[in-house]
Amino acid sequence: MSAELETLDARGLLCPLPVIRTQDRVKGLDPGTVLEVLATDAGTIHDIPAWCRVHGHELLSIDEFEEERSQSQSIDEGYVRGGHEIRIRLKVCG
Amino acid sequence: MPEQRKAVALISGGLDSMLAAKVIMDQGVHVEGINFFTGFCVEGHTHAIRAKDRAKPKRNNALWVAEQLGIKLHIIDVIDEYKDVLLNPKHGYGANLNPCLDCKVFMVKKALAWSFMEENGFDFIITGEVIGQRPKSQRKDTMPVIARESGADDRLLRPLCARHLPPTLPEREGWVNRDALFDFHGRNRKPQIALAERLGFEDWAQPAGGCCFLTDAQYSAKLTDLWQAHGNREYELDDIMLLKVGRHLRPAPNFKLIVGRELGENRYLEGYRKQFISLFSTSHNGPLVLVDGDPDSEDLTLAARILGRYSQGRSAPSVTVKINRPDGQATELAVAPLDGHEIPQEWHVGGA
Repeated sequence: MSAELETLDARGLLCPLPVIRTQDRVKGLDPGTVLEVLATDAGTIHDIPAWCRVHGHELLSIDEFEEERSQSQSIDEGYVRGGHEIRIRLKVCG
Repeated sequence: MPEQRKAVALISGGLDSMLAAKVIMDQGVHVEGINFFTGFCVEGHTHAIRAKDRAKPKRNNALWVAEQLGIKLHIIDVIDEYKDVLLNPKHGYGANLNPCLDCKVFMVKKALAWSFMEENGFDFIITGEVIGQRPKSQRKDTMPVIARESGADDRLLRPLCARHLPPTLPEREGWVNRDALFDFHGRNRKPQIALAERLGFEDWAQPAGGCCFLTDAQYSAKLTDLWQAHGNREYELDDIMLLKVGRHLRPAPNFKLIVGRELGENRYLEGYRKQFISLFSTSHNGPLVLVDGDPDSEDLTLAARILGRYSQGRSAPSVTVKINRPDGQATELAVAPLDGHEIPQEWHVGGA
């Protein structure tokens, strides 16, 4: 049986808001569900794993995508606040 | 075997609340932590924005404390509800816009409501308050005010100074042993540090200047300026977040500039380009500038000249500045950068 995948877009939010949004989303999920959190605040790399540890959820993976762009490029090509995208997967435990 | 009692501990991330929770845990009580996000918390934000700090993001101290203690931590978004605390503090402000006593009443009240709402059956609330530690909110005469106005009454226990206060319900019922609680008072931190060492803690956060931007004079001045300019004291999260970023200059009552100070801030400010007029130089490296207010074309020319001053073209005869409007319209201007002496100190909101 494959686990369900849920996603949460927390891009553009600064900590602790991504953690709060993760916490609030996990409340409504069944054990075994995998939640993928998209974020841009580098603090989430520390905070979401720490939150998982204190609540007993399983951290599956952390991927970071750093884009090197000059200031003018980023302005003209559209932008996600923070610039640096992070994808964290966790498994909800009961 | 007596029933295990449950307590909710207000966890700020600092030493006192960590010790208070630990002291009660060591008495066999089940403790979970609660932490509130008002939007004014210093925790992490500027570190998250500034490029130079991104390589070493700051830990969230409240989460770190929970992990040291081995307890759950519930972080609660109170941004909207907090507005009433800040705008209408019954007990007034401290030295700046810090409504510390009302804030503490609010947090204890929220912790109380949360512990019932969650139907977790918590029995009492713990804080790390110490009599005399803070001039506004942690005094002998304010301790009962917090207990009474929050509605927690004698279910509010301050383990670090409990022996200076009348016995609370957990003490009277024997859920905790009053004799094993403490009588700390005043601003001296030595008893806390000695207790931390005795309890085996080797590390703890020492927030410089507190954990709330409202205690900061410069931040409070920026917030006052924002309220004056908007003609009312309403605010949204974006407003108060932007006060933490960049250099704020108000050349005239009708508009303010937010000038990024480095790459991380520029990137952060870019995220607001759909809400504000934004300027950047196409001829030189320099800041991103947001314009808050209702500028006319002369004001925008001045904004472009100020941008020039903070760009690498400051000594050039002319810099080219692109002005983007939130609807996507863009214009370009070639302007002479202002000299430093042409930017009066009073334009700098909050003196920064």
